[in-house]
Amino acid sequence: MTAVRSQDVGVDRELAIDLYRTMRRIRQFETTAGELFAAGELPGFIHLSIGQEAVAAGVCAALDDADYITTTHRGHGHCIAKGGRLREMMAELYGREGGYALGRSGSMHIADNTVGILGANAIVGGGIPMAVGGGYAAQLAGRGQVSVAFFGDGAVAEGVLHECLNLAELWQLPVVFVCEHNGYAEMTPVSKHLANAEVTDLAAAYGMPAEKVDGNDVAAVLTAARAATARARSGAGPTLIEARTTRWRGHFEGDPQKYRAREEITAMTERDPLTHWRDVLHAAHGVPPAELDQVDADIADLVGAAVEAARAMPLSDPGGLSRHVYPEGAR
Amino acid sequence: MTTVKYWQAINRALHEEMARDDRVLVIGEDVADPGGPFGATKGLLEAFGPDRVRDTPISEAAIVGAALGAAMAGYRPVVEVMFLDFVTVAMDQVVNQAAKVSYMSAGNFAAPMVIRSICASGRRTGPQHSQNLEAWLAHVPGLKVVWGSTPADARGLLKAAIRDDGPVYVIESLVEWSTRGEVADEDEIVPIGVAAVRREGTDLTLVTWGGAAPRAARAVAQLEDVSVELIDLRTISPWDRETVLASVRRTGRLLVVHDAVVDFGVGAEIAATVATECFDELVAPVRRLGAPYAPAPFAPHLEAAYLPQPEDIVSAVLETIRTVRKAS
Repeated sequence: MTAVRSQDVGVDRELAIDLYRTMRRIRQFETTAGELFAAGELPGFIHLSIGQEAVAAGVCAALDDADYITTTHRGHGHCIAKGGRLREMMAELYGREGGYALGRSGSMHIADNTVGILGANAIVGGGIPMAVGGGYAAQLAGRGQVSVAFFGDGAVAEGVLHECLNLAELWQLPVVFVCEHNGYAEMTPVSKHLANAEVTDLAAAYGMPAEKVDGNDVAAVLTAARAATARARSGAGPTLIEARTTRWRGHFEGDPQKYRAREEITAMTERDPLTHWRDVLHAAHGVPPAELDQVDADIADLVGAAVEAARAMPLSDPGGLSRHVYPEGAR
Repeated sequence: MTTVKYWQAINRALHEEMARDDRVLVIGEDVADPGGPFGATKGLLEAFGPDRVRDTPISEAAIVGAALGAAMAGYRPVVEVMFLDFVTVAMDQVVNQAAKVSYMSAGNFAAPMVIRSICASGRRTGPQHSQNLEAWLAHVPGLKVVWGSTPADARGLLKAAIRDDGPVYVIESLVEWSTRGEVADEDEIVPIGVAAVRREGTDLTLVTWGGAAPRAARAVAQLEDVSVELIDLRTISPWDRETVLASVRRTGRLLVVHDAVVDFGVGAEIAATVATECFDELVAPVRRLGAPYAPAPFAPHLEAAYLPQPEDIVSAVLETIRTVRKAS
C-alpha cells in the first residue's frame, strides 16, 4: 500500500477536483442524513459510509453511465458517485412521493437505470450475483461495458460471493469485485468473522487477478479501478479490488459502538480521505484551500436544497401501494 | 396439430422463443452440452450457440442472480434450477431480489426472467427431490407461478412466461415427462392467470393443478352419478379467481386437490376465498385433499400413500356430495 501521488496516475487538476467534489457530496449527504436521522426526521435505519468515500469516488471515476454497479446497505456513496440524484435519494430517505422508489424502499434500495445503478441491497451479498448478470449482459452486448459489485468484508463470509467469483472467472465476465474492507461485519471485527482477512487471497483461489489498495487514497483506488476496468473492457475477465478503508460511524445510526474503543474511531479520522486529498490538491495542483472551501459551500447548498425539496414533497400515496408489483407498460 | 411428449413440448417452446427473440438466453446446470438432465434443452446449444446457451456451475444463487442481472440489463434469461427443491438455496435471489425489482425501483427496472424447475413428485425421488413447493413461491408478491399439466399447457405457459416482463416461476411435472398430447402447429400462448375447465359439471367444482391434475382427471372419469366440474388452475399465482368462483356459484361445492402438504398450502387460499365469496351458494363445507403433514417419502408404496390417488379423490368427492347441511 504505497502512497500514489496524483500526478503519477494521470489525474489532471480538473479530475482531481472532481474526485474531491464527489467525495464531498457523499460526506455532506451522509452527514446531513445522520443529523436528520438523529433529529427524528428520517424513519427506519440508515447506514453511513463516512470515512469510506474514496472507494466510491475512485471506482466510479473509472466508469461511464452505461456501466453497471450493485451496492449494499451502506451504498449512498456508490450511488452518488455513479450519478444518482441527491434530491430523489434524499426524498427516498424521507419516504416521500418524489423519492427514487416513491418512498417504498428507503435508504437501502436506491436504483437508477439512467446511470446503471442496478440497485443498493439490504441483503449482505445479495447484489453480487446481479452484478455478475450485468457482466454477462455486457459480454453479450459487446459494447465494452463493465459491471461492478461493491460489497464489504462482511459479505466475504457469504457463500454467494464465492459462487460469483467462480462464475465470473469461469465465463471471463467484465466484472470488477470491489471489497470495501472496513474491518467490521456489522458489529463484529474481522478477527472474529474471517479466517483469512486477506481478501485478495480468495481471488487467487479462483485464478482471478486481485489488488489490495489503500481505500482512503482516492488516487490509489482510481488507479486500481482503471486497471481492472481496462482488463474487463478488453475481454480479459474479472478482477477483485480489496480497498482497506475506515468506517467512522456505527453499523447503523444510533449504534452505541460498545464493541470498539473511542481511540480507534479517533485514529480513523487521521486517515480522512477528504483531508488527504485536499493536501494532494494543494501540493500537486496548487489548488488553494479557499477554492475547496467554496466547493464545500456549494455542495452544502445542493444537499440543503435536496432536503428542502424532500420536506416539501407530499407523502407517498398509500392508494398506490400495489403499483409496480408487476411491471407496467411494454418493455 | 402434432402429438408430442410433455418434455418435447417444453423443448419446442424454448426453441421457438429463442428463435423469435434473440434476447432470450438459457442457462443452468447441464442445459447446454448435455441438453438438460431430462432433455428439455436438447439442441439449443447447437441452434443458438454458447453465448446464449450456457452450462453453469452448481451455484443456484449465483445463476438465478446472474439471470436477474442480465434481465435488468435488457435480456430475457430462462434459468433452469433443476429440481424445485433446489430453489431453496437460491431463495434470496428469488424472494428478496427478482420478485421485488419492479416494486423496489417503482418500475425503473423490471426482471423479465423465467426460472424453470422440475417437480419430481411421484417419481420416487425422496424428501429432497420431490417437494411441491408452489405455496412458498406463490406467497411472494411480484412472482408469478405457473404449472402446466399437459404438453400443450407446458409449452404455452412457458412461452407466455418468457414474454412476460416480470419474473415467472415455471414448474414442470417429471411424472408427466413422457405423456403425449397434441400441441398446435402455430404459435400458441397459454395466458398467465387463466385456468382451464377440463370438464364441465353441476354438482361439485374440483380445482387442481400440476402433478395432481392427471390423477384428478382419472378420478372424475370414474364417477358416473356425480357431475364434477374439473378445473386445472395452470397458473398458481395470480390464480384465476373468476373462473373458480363462477363455477362454485353454480355447483355449490368445492374440493381442492393438490400434491403439496395440505397445511398452509395453496388450497387454503382458494378455500378461504371461496368461503368468503360464495357463502350464500355453498351447500357443503369446502374441502382440501393433499399430502399429509410429513416430508415426501421415497419408497413407492409410501409415496403412493402420501399423494392423493384417484380412489382418494373419488371418496372425497362423494363425501362432499353426501354432506348435508343441518336444518337451522
